Amino acid sequence: MSRAIEFLVGLLFGWGLLLSGMTDPGKVQGFLDVAGAWDPSLAFVMGGAIAVGFFAFALARKRTRTLLGGALQLPTARDIDKPLVVGSLIFGAGWGLAGFCPGPGLVAMAAGNGKALVFVAAMVVGMLGFELLDRFSRRGPRPAAS
Amino acid sequence: MTIDWTHFTPWASLAGGVLLGVAAAVFILANGRVLGISGILGGLLSPKPGDAGWRIAFLLGMAAAPVTFGLLAPAGFLPAPRIEAGLGAVIAAGLLVGFGTRYGSGCTSGHGVCGLSRLSPRSLVATAAFMGAGFLTVYLLRHA
Repeated sequence: MSRAIEFLVGLLFGWGLLLSGMTDPGKVQGFLDVAGAWDPSLAFVMGGAIAVGFFAFALARKRTRTLLGGALQLPTARDIDKPLVVGSLIFGAGWGLAGFCPGPGLVAMAAGNGKALVFVAAMVVGMLGFELLDRFSRRGPRPAAS
Repeated sequence: MTIDWTHFTPWASLAGGVLLGVAAAVFILANGRVLGISGILGGLLSPKPGDAGWRIAFLLGMAAAPVTFGLLAPAGFLPAPRIEAGLGAVIAAGLLVGFGTRYGSGCTSGHGVCGLSRLSPRSLVATAAFMGAGFLTVYLLRHA
């Protein structure tokens, strides 16, 4: 039952990315190019998504169980720390460089785009690199408690 | 700044954005999870028992999007994607996006769409950081 919903949500999300233009790196870079010929379309994507999401998450905050009775897991992390900022800056640099972020990269790959396939392969390597560093740093000597 | 009227698609982008919002809404209210692509994919790389099925189902849904969209939309509705970056830049971009989204705990969907919808200060900072870095990178690529 739930697997079908997850498949359909993935499908809907993919349609949203295609319809919005997010799967066209030129469009993304056009939005990021404020000093050149600026394409404001991406602001409409975010606006449309947040207009719906705002009400959904407001409702989710009032609940502890999902509509299907499962656990509702909202993020609990609150600290604005170095990994959040540095990681996001690194992501943004890559996003600007090729115009792909993770979702659109995957959808463009599924559409048969060769460069998107290369992008996704490199993205998975980058994610694995993070996993390795993360595990290594956790196994290393723990700093003394202060 | 000049506006690129040729490529500006306010209505399609708004409608696409609404679909993204509906997907995120169904995901949190029916499945109880924040919809973030980097997290969904990244979670498959250090699998926990019983945690892979829903991730794979979601990604298969995404993979089915282009062909089904092509069947539903009028022919030629989607222009061919414009990819300026060369192969080396695409590889570098993938490495940066993969590492950065995991280190920063999210991407355009998790922090951008869901985080901003939740009014999360963490996601607001993350979104400002990746947008800022994106603006700077494209500026350096095209105008420096």
